[in-house]
Amino acid sequence: MIKNFKPAVTAVAVSLAMLSQSAISAEQFFPIPSFRVGPYGANGQSFYGGFIDYLNYVNMKEKGVNGVQMTYEECETEYNTAKGIECYERLKSKAAQSAGPIHPMSTGISYALVDKSAQDKLPLTMMGYGRTDAVDGSVFPYAFPLVTTYQMQASAIIKFLKEKNGGSLAGKKIVYLYHDSAYGKEAIIALEAEASLNKFNLVQVPVAHPGNEQGAQWLKIRQERPDYVVFWGWGVMNQTALKAAQKVGFPRDKMIGSWWTGSEEDVVPAGEAAKGYMAATWNVSGKQVPVIADIEKVVYGAGKGNLQDASKIGTILYNRGVSAAVVSVEAIRKAQEKFGKGKPMNGTQVAWGLEHLDMTEARIKALGAANLLPEIKTSCSNHEGSGKVKIQQWDGNKWVPVTDWIEGNKALIHPLFQASAKQYAKEKGITPRDCSKEK
Amino acid sequence: MNFFLEVLVGGLLSGIMYALVALGFVLIYKASGVFNFAQGAMVYLAALSVVGVMEWGAPLWLAVILAFAIMTLFGIATEKLVLRKLVNQPPIALFMATIGLAFFIEGLAPMIFGSEPRALDLGIVDEPIPWILDNWNMVISKFDLVAAGVGALLVGTLALFFQYTRIGRALRAVADDHQAALSIGIPLQHIWAIVWGVAGFVALVAGMMWGARNGVQFALTFTALKALPVLILGGFTSVPGAIVGGLIIGASEKLAEIYIPPVMQDLFGGNFGGIEGWFPYVLALLFLLVRPEGLFGEKHIDRV
Repeated sequence: MIKNFKPAVTAVAVSLAMLSQSAISAEQFFPIPSFRVGPYGANGQSFYGGFIDYLNYVNMKEKGVNGVQMTYEECETEYNTAKGIECYERLKSKAAQSAGPIHPMSTGISYALVDKSAQDKLPLTMMGYGRTDAVDGSVFPYAFPLVTTYQMQASAIIKFLKEKNGGSLAGKKIVYLYHDSAYGKEAIIALEAEASLNKFNLVQVPVAHPGNEQGAQWLKIRQERPDYVVFWGWGVMNQTALKAAQKVGFPRDKMIGSWWTGSEEDVVPAGEAAKGYMAATWNVSGKQVPVIADIEKVVYGAGKGNLQDASKIGTILYNRGVSAAVVSVEAIRKAQEKFGKGKPMNGTQVAWGLEHLDMTEARIKALGAANLLPEIKTSCSNHEGSGKVKIQQWDGNKWVPVTDWIEGNKALIHPLFQASAKQYAKEKGITPRDCSKEK
Repeated sequence: MNFFLEVLVGGLLSGIMYALVALGFVLIYKASGVFNFAQGAMVYLAALSVVGVMEWGAPLWLAVILAFAIMTLFGIATEKLVLRKLVNQPPIALFMATIGLAFFIEGLAPMIFGSEPRALDLGIVDEPIPWILDNWNMVISKFDLVAAGVGALLVGTLALFFQYTRIGRALRAVADDHQAALSIGIPLQHIWAIVWGVAGFVALVAGMMWGARNGVQFALTFTALKALPVLILGGFTSVPGAIVGGLIIGASEKLAEIYIPPVMQDLFGGNFGGIEGWFPYVLALLFLLVRPEGLFGEKHIDRV
């Protein structure tokens, strides 16, 4: 009896150890280089609050993805590129076995990480920002400028204005007021192509960082008498522009901004001056989206919400964080379907998942995110997957969508990405993948 | 010509806003011979205190009084905890201390009052004055005129304070030589606490004007960047110099932004806009070559 007892105990102990090991390893780690303090801390708090709330929601509501729990670690970047790289280096060792997509929410940090993440085989997601020629996945296998890019967004805004003007912008004058940085300059190539195609006059007006003084620019705009101002601002530049537009009497409903200029944080400080202003967005605001309402109920109901200020639930940036997490978790689901359900996925596997997203309207609805974000279908040659935005208008209290999803002119814009990616591959000595052979 | 005048007047009025921030630097420099790196952060703290207290339910007037109390307490605490230990230390030690202070404020203020950008409504509309627009076709906003009035009032009061009060004279003596001032019985700590309190008040005024214009947010700390060329031009020790420097910088950067880029584009092609970020610094550097002490700064002569 005693003789048999010892092996039995050993077997139980080994089994328990294996079970415990499997329980420990059944975790999907998200390295999160976030910013919650510094000049843009308020934006980061909402975005990353939404992102982390969704990860917790998946754990609480669905017991993870096929049993794999979502875990994360944050590292404060303060929206500073040097600190962003430091955070990446710190977090990457923990992401060796399993790695969720990395969302730096900064074009500067994204640019700095494009090469590094490819070397480390970690998926870098830049949803609506970052290196936009990474749309061409044959050159950038680990970089994903998902949903929309600056150029496609600019093109969609022009399409919206064109429809507003009976299908033609010929002879119209559009001022492009932009932050004089890589971010602001990204859309110029698309706007120039659109101006040439649609025969409108494009006037470029740059604003020096940080953009807290725009008197000269708006006097120039007043002198130019444009039909519309397309606006690519950031941070304090946004409120300053709205106030300055009010000062020179330019109608706010003829100003259309990028998605970096279209959150509550961008318009509330401008007060009445923001009323009527329009901006593009790739996600809607509000708690009417089922998943947002459910997060409030499930996660905040259990006292596990990430936001200090729960009133931010349902704001544009909060919902954007949730949207980013929905897409990230869906990529992990997709990867598990191919590489093994119930297993943590490594960087290469998650990159595969991101490259094979097929988020139809029905699938988005099934995830509780109906109308939160547009349909997304990615491939090796298209890491953007959508290119659609809605135009929303600030009514003084909330953002109200005024259009359905609008897709930019892909035939005009995507060849620009391909040309740029080709040039990048040449400079870096990269041999592009043959996307026709990818499955 | 009308457009030129419009840009010029708009620039002059913007310059007053820069001068409001520059005044805070001048006060501290006059009292301690130190460039206060934390002045921009103080502007942020002051404005954030106003909106933060208002969010707790206080009316504007009470919020302003409480914010002033916060800034005064902050000034006294700075003197007691930071500056007192550094009496007779080289100016660079004091300067480094103000850098630390800036980061401390930038972390502490949003921790207390929250970091989301907020509106500050002073009841002054930032819209063009219809009469001027109709008759002169020029955009001059009521808000800018009020800011100019506030700036003029502040400068007048401070100039009188420094020139004709005992504290003002003591303050100038302290600025010249800490040890000599102490030896004739001037209470250095007392003077510094007063000056930091007054600088806090100036930061409050600047913070409210800038906050009402662009929203109360972290970017208020950047207003210090606009004040630096103003100080170089006007002189670090002159209150009227801050205003004159502000006017020159404001007007020249606006005129430069409008008239230089087209010339550069004609000559070299490309896009040369957005120069008002660096143009004032180039102007200030050129000015330094001719008059290092600034327009109204005191000439520093050492005996050899």
